[in-house]
Amino acid sequence: MALPTQLLRCGVLGMNSRNINYIARYNQRALYPLVDDKLQTKLAAQKQNISVPELLGVIERQWQVKNIESLIGEWSKFVIKPTRGSGGKGILVITGRDFEYFLKSNGQKLELKDIRRHINNILSGLYSLGGKPDSVMFESLIEYDQVFTDYTYEGVPDIRIVVFKGFPVMAMLRCATHASDGRANLHQGAIGIGLDLSTGKSLNAVQYNRPVSEHPDTGKSFSELEIPGWDEILVLAAGCFEMVGLGYMGCDIVLDRHAGPVILELNARPGLAIQLASGEGLMKRLKAVEAFEPELLELPPEQRVRFMQEMV
Amino acid sequence: MSPRAQVYILGLLLIIVGAGLATYKSQVLNLPITPGKYQTVWTIEAKVEFQARGDAVKASMALPKTQTNMEVLNEIFSSSGYGFTVDSNNGNERATWSKRTASGQQTLYYKLDVYQRQGQFEASIDGMSTAVNKPDWSGTRFSAVREAAASLIERSQQESADTETFVTQLLRGFNDPDNIDSRLLLSGFTDNSPVDIALGMLAMADIPAHILRGIYLEDDRSRLPSSVLLEVYDGEQWLVYNPATGTKGLPSNFLIWQRGDKSLLDVEGGSRSRVRFSILANNVPAREVALKQMGGDQAALLDYSIYSLPIEQQSIFKFILLVPVGALLVIFIRVVIGVRTAGTFMPVLLSIAFIQTSLLNGVAIFLLILAIGLWVRSYLSKLDLLLVSRIAAVVVIVVILMSGISIVSYRLGIEQALTITFFPMVIIAWTIEHMSILWEDDGPVEVLVQTAGSLAVAIVCYMAMTNHYIEHWMFNFPELLLVLLGSIIMLGHYTGYRLSELIRFRHMVQS
Ligand SMILES: Nc1ncnc2c1ncn2[C@@H]1O[C@H](COP(=O)(O)OP(=O)(O)O)[C@@H](O)[C@H]1O
Ligand SMILES: [Mg+2]
Repeated sequence: MALPTQLLRCGVLGMNSRNINYIARYNQRALYPLVDDKLQTKLAAQKQNISVPELLGVIERQWQVKNIESLIGEWSKFVIKPTRGSGGKGILVITGRDFEYFLKSNGQKLELKDIRRHINNILSGLYSLGGKPDSVMFESLIEYDQVFTDYTYEGVPDIRIVVFKGFPVMAMLRCATHASDGRANLHQGAIGIGLDLSTGKSLNAVQYNRPVSEHPDTGKSFSELEIPGWDEILVLAAGCFEMVGLGYMGCDIVLDRHAGPVILELNARPGLAIQLASGEGLMKRLKAVEAFEPELLELPPEQRVRFMQEMV
Repeated sequence: MSPRAQVYILGLLLIIVGAGLATYKSQVLNLPITPGKYQTVWTIEAKVEFQARGDAVKASMALPKTQTNMEVLNEIFSSSGYGFTVDSNNGNERATWSKRTASGQQTLYYKLDVYQRQGQFEASIDGMSTAVNKPDWSGTRFSAVREAAASLIERSQQESADTETFVTQLLRGFNDPDNIDSRLLLSGFTDNSPVDIALGMLAMADIPAHILRGIYLEDDRSRLPSSVLLEVYDGEQWLVYNPATGTKGLPSNFLIWQRGDKSLLDVEGGSRSRVRFSILANNVPAREVALKQMGGDQAALLDYSIYSLPIEQQSIFKFILLVPVGALLVIFIRVVIGVRTAGTFMPVLLSIAFIQTSLLNGVAIFLLILAIGLWVRSYLSKLDLLLVSRIAAVVVIVVILMSGISIVSYRLGIEQALTITFFPMVIIAWTIEHMSILWEDDGPVEVLVQTAGSLAVAIVCYMAMTNHYIEHWMFNFPELLLVLLGSIIMLGHYTGYRLSELIRFRHMVQS
């Protein structure tokens, strides 16, 4: 067990401090719906020409479930999501079809009636906060970039970037494992790999809050990992500040092998595990950004990213 | 002013005002800070019921005798629409309710608070008649029972040395199922109770005796009839016997309602009358008992405390005043320690249920309902129900489980389980729902972690809420609520690390 003074010296941001000093202070309540609802985020992003996975369809009412066969039609690769879900809950990734069956990323076969049940569950609010009724979103499957092939197991890795007042302050790559069931959510057992802001190279890796050095399923070591097109990704993340206006947020970005970096979702309450993955506390960088001159905050995304990269 | 400064100023202000008021009360008004010894005060409710015929009604009921080892603290009569008087002749008090016309089912209440004093019961000799009324067991119809009684009396006389031992022998013989005389006696009468027969035999033996009506003080009894003991005069003093066993002496928890043969309840103008008793135990600080005994001046001190409310309201208030303590604890445990629980205030509700059911029973019942509920819910999830109807279905299942547990355990003789009704059903149904989603998404480990967390928090709240000191403080110094409020507000602005984070981030320090 660490002492509070030791954590403070490492600049570790705690949950209470995050909630009070950053989220409550910099994120206006009125802006939450924009990020809590993935559909709204997607529409807002499309308006600003920020790339997102293509929206295939939406189901909002029970009666529409009858017609899903015609909605799905011939699609063979798609993702079903609750629009207000979190933590990877309720996300169904279909990677192919086999006659009447739909194939999940782990090879499991589903029938149309399984999909219908899943949609019903989402509509009735099973996966949303507080059980509120939800809508269902169909989006195109992201096919991840080849660089990640050995770093992930049955799932798309995503890059989490914490953006504070429009400045990217910390980044990590989250890779699915067998334990996380193909989802890139850390508390389910995905691996978090800290990324160097200036180079996009790996720093550190953790699973279940404990350091690891290689992927448990593929055995690939994380040390040579380097994200291609790193600056472009950071600019994309920084640009989200203009889009939603949240002072403290997490941007989840995936690298599609055809479309390049796309925004998967935005998060108004990003978790703290990124500190473990990076082996560094957030506090120092957050304090630095808080101390920035007002004119720095006016800079366009590209310059904000460059400023940050030079600073760390 | 920044929100942070406001929070601290407001919080401190509330704490200072609350603590100041409490200090003032304890220093200037001499309200003790420690609760002192606790004593059981029994609340007994006598419910008089009868069917009125539509004419004038007069109901009179004997009132409990003052008994040397019991003290009556408080009496309340309810007499809606009735005229009411209490009269006493030769030390026998009777309450009389009267009304010009009444019809249909009538219910009258008499309630009293009693506490058991140290010391022995001493039966007074005054006012009790020592005349012996021989029973009229003449004629051929009774010849067999006469013989049997005489033989029982004779045998007991041979086997005893004095009146005291004689009565014991007589009652033992009479209660012996293998004794032929006793069997003859019991079957020889159709409308006499065994106690009447015993009294008849004592009269045949020239021993003055009468019945002693009263109730046994046991917690949580309701709708009991009165119990009967025998009182026998040995020439110098009255001795008490249990007619069913022959044991001598007054049981220490027996409250004497009436000595002598007069009826407990007389109703004129009504039929099917009866008296039923309900008994409840309350733990009250000894000091409060003393104050109530004295009445008058000192009691005025407490006029504005919770203790000035009637007992039933007090027990409701008990929970209301303790809930903020639980809330503060929950916030502390979440914000400072960082325990993960299912639902924020679910543990507080759970701990209130535990207070009613007792801790072990409560935990066992909770785990049982949760386990069965999860199992049933896993089946329901296959039926493609809407969320609302699924939760409603789980509520119904929880209710069925609760009824089932109550009935089964009642049959097994575990009365405690009946208090299970205090479980917050809807909250438990939500917990089951929450846990089953958790199970599907995050696996059984997370379910275990959260169940254990919720239970641990509920147990901590239970400990705090049943602590005599905390109870005493919240009762006597309700202004401490301001202190709680202040602390809650300040905790809401606590930005330090959680205890759990010291563990979570431990690897960062080493590197
Ligand atoms: N369009 C998609 N294509 C492939 N995988 C996806 C897609 N959308 C989500 N996923 C997978 O599901 C995970 C969680 O998705 P996300 O949109 O971030 O929802 P949540 O808010 O529940 O975290 C992602 O990390 C990714 O692994
Ligand atoms: Mg996500």
